[in-house]
Amino acid sequence: MTALPAIRVRVLAFARVRELLGWERQSFELRSGARTGDLWEALVASQPRLADLARVVRLAVNGALTDNAHPLQAGDEVAVLPPVSGG
Amino acid sequence: MTIALVHDAIDTAALARSVGNEACGALATFQGVVRAQSEGRSVTGLFYEAYVPMALAEMERIAAEVRARFIDSHLAMVHRLGELRVGEVSVAVAVAAPHRAEAFEACRYAIDELKRRVPIWKLERYAEGAPAWRENCLHPAESDA
Repeated sequence: MTALPAIRVRVLAFARVRELLGWERQSFELRSGARTGDLWEALVASQPRLADLARVVRLAVNGALTDNAHPLQAGDEVAVLPPVSGG
Repeated sequence: MTIALVHDAIDTAALARSVGNEACGALATFQGVVRAQSEGRSVTGLFYEAYVPMALAEMERIAAEVRARFIDSHLAMVHRLGELRVGEVSVAVAVAAPHRAEAFEACRYAIDELKRRVPIWKLERYAEGAPAWRENCLHPAESDA
């Protein structure tokens, strides 16, 4: 039995999410077929306090906002975006 | 059309000049300025950061919407990033249009949409206590919302 191939995505964290996670960018390995929701769960597993922001944080894949069901591809850039406050 | 994120002081006069033209009888501008107070607390400065490629793309989309909604309008919009002191300009919008109603309306549309959906974040620094990230709204909204 062979393990399913894994994919690697680049994760960018901003503002309070960046401070909570303690990093600005990091590479994550996920199982092939993983979706944005799986990545979110991996992030929460690494920093449980992130769960408090689940209702307000949005994920963008390659610059486009997505929901939790977006399938991820190797090399995708996933940005974790807290509520914006420009202006 | 100037759409930019910059780390140095915004030249608001140059921005206004960049949109002016002979077909436009109105020029409306907006500047966001760092306030010394926020919800009763004394503010010493602000720090802004952005997801730069997505922020620029979203600002370009807003500019395209302004062009589509307000015929013959010309828009420029610049947001500052990094550390800002009280009194400095954090964002500037300039719109030239044939008449004032469209110029005012387009300028307001552009700054309202920027605040609602462009991925830029503001950290307030206070005279006392820990700095705090601010929020303009509950969610960065979809661009077609």
